[in-house]
Amino acid sequence: MSAVRPTDAVLPGDVPSARADSRLVYWLAACVATTLLLTGASLLIGTSSVETSFGWLLTPDAQSALILWHIRLPRTVGAWAAGALLGLAGAVAQGVFRNPLAEPYLLGTASGAALGVTLSLLGMDASIGALAWTAKLGVTGAACIGACAAIALTILLSRGVLQTANLLLAGIVVAFLLSAVTSLLLLTRPDVWRSMQSFLLGSTGFLSWSGAALLGVVLCVCIVPAILLSRGLDALSLGEDTAQSLGLSLPMLRLTLLGVLSLATAAAVGQVGIVGFVGLVAPHLVRETVAVNHRQLLVGAPLCGGALLQGADLVSRWIIHPAELPVGAVTAVVGGVYLVALLWRRTRHD
Amino acid sequence: MTDSMPTQMARAPALCTEGLALGYGSRTVLRDITLDILTGAWTAIVGPNGSGKSTLLRALAGLTPPRAGTICLRGRPLSAWSRRERARQLAWLAQDSSATNLTAAEVVGLGRFAHSGWLSSRKSDDDAAMRRAMQATGSLPWADRRVTTLSGGERQRVMLARVLAVEAPVMLLDEPTTHLDPPHQEDIARILRDQAHGCGVCVVSAIHDLSLALTADRLIVLGATGGLVGHGTVREALAGDWLSTAFRTRVDIVELAGVYLWRPALRAADPVAAELP
Repeated sequence: MSAVRPTDAVLPGDVPSARADSRLVYWLAACVATTLLLTGASLLIGTSSVETSFGWLLTPDAQSALILWHIRLPRTVGAWAAGALLGLAGAVAQGVFRNPLAEPYLLGTASGAALGVTLSLLGMDASIGALAWTAKLGVTGAACIGACAAIALTILLSRGVLQTANLLLAGIVVAFLLSAVTSLLLLTRPDVWRSMQSFLLGSTGFLSWSGAALLGVVLCVCIVPAILLSRGLDALSLGEDTAQSLGLSLPMLRLTLLGVLSLATAAAVGQVGIVGFVGLVAPHLVRETVAVNHRQLLVGAPLCGGALLQGADLVSRWIIHPAELPVGAVTAVVGGVYLVALLWRRTRHD
Repeated sequence: MTDSMPTQMARAPALCTEGLALGYGSRTVLRDITLDILTGAWTAIVGPNGSGKSTLLRALAGLTPPRAGTICLRGRPLSAWSRRERARQLAWLAQDSSATNLTAAEVVGLGRFAHSGWLSSRKSDDDAAMRRAMQATGSLPWADRRVTTLSGGERQRVMLARVLAVEAPVMLLDEPTTHLDPPHQEDIARILRDQAHGCGVCVVSAIHDLSLALTADRLIVLGATGGLVGHGTVREALAGDWLSTAFRTRVDIVELAGVYLWRPALRAADPVAAELP
């Protein structure tokens, strides 16, 4: 049939454009450079003064080595990995739900993690047996299990992953439900409320090498299937019917990507608590400046998210030095300002 | 019009339906639809709002399973084709193109998904098909532009190029001319006719505009009560006055210099009355 078609097409406009690709490379290089700079700076900034830190770097002794290599470096590396995971999760969520306002926590992950942490903290006081159990699991493990349970509940309520609208509604219901349970539990125990706060606001202060390594492994595990399926997300951006007509298996695509989204978010929430806005803003920034397709977005958003959280971590340590702000508060302010700026720019264009 | 169509040889049915019933939930939209849709011809589906034009197209594309009856694609039941094979045989254009962030070339490239697969390892024949499709629709100049920056008419040409890039023997299009101004509607119609007559594709499209639908080769006329009023050439449809039956009101078609036109009953406004405040 195709033999009848005209085949004499030798024309310019070869696809895809090389110009856009080189812009992307510059942009990604800038992200990596920022990350390296921030890593260097984060070694210098902490509770001690910068001069002291600089001295440590030049003449390392046992104590400074401990602080630099076992507290500051894992913290900044872990912050980068957590930010990268949130950026990736945000890009995947926005692609799967075909909504630029989708974010990593939209399946109830955040409230699930909060409930997990609350239960583990309450459990520590309840009995010796529970104490041993929660100690082994740790707060991060409890957060991760809570996040996964919330996602499972959301999928159960929406009866599968096929109906996007149902999934979003179920996510909202689960988030409210679990938050209500958490609030009720905390009402009875104000002392636990205080220790919960650092988790609820997000904190990079508890990151160790093992935590950073875990985040790194999860990042590698998540980013490979996401990029392999990026063409499916491109097709999905044309509409669900169109994607299906192109020969795509929607259930397979959705299930895999929701798995990636859940794993990435649960791992990040487990290590750094509920850090808002990074997962929403990072994909936006990349999309606004450079990325056109999902392959580029899924590479760019993690790099951008990593640099963002690393920067926020640095600011949270430095701004009220020698005390620290919760990193989630910093990301909320930065993210909020960015979104307002975006809004103003858009309304001015209209 | 009938004379310019390819010979009888090429005009085997590409799509057949037998006793088809379609619906959503508890509602049956169409029942007892039996059709033979021919290769090498442009078939337009017309009917009043809610008569099931989109439903029929979606079923033909395999997007909604039928309640009853069978659909055969090139002599083989639609459900017997594998997902990938079917996507190479059937190209589909949805009514609303969603706002995507991709460039025109990337959108057209997605038309090759069933050929090249997940890893987007485009081969030279994929590139050639993309270029042919963009050339046929005149969308090549916008290859590197994001689809969101194009006008409605330009965007629709890009979407059409994606459908053409599949190089499928059957093309199904749901209202490809809505939201376009009349000259752009004609451009799209011309591309569809070229595909049918020049390339031997079986083109099926729902068309809202009656005058435009009457430039097609054949008509499928659906009635307001969920049934098939008629299926045949435009001449047969006019001779049988199928449109009046379908719309349950008098539909007046006039012929003017070889063009069929729908004449509304509403006359032009009285110039004196129009000037009054």
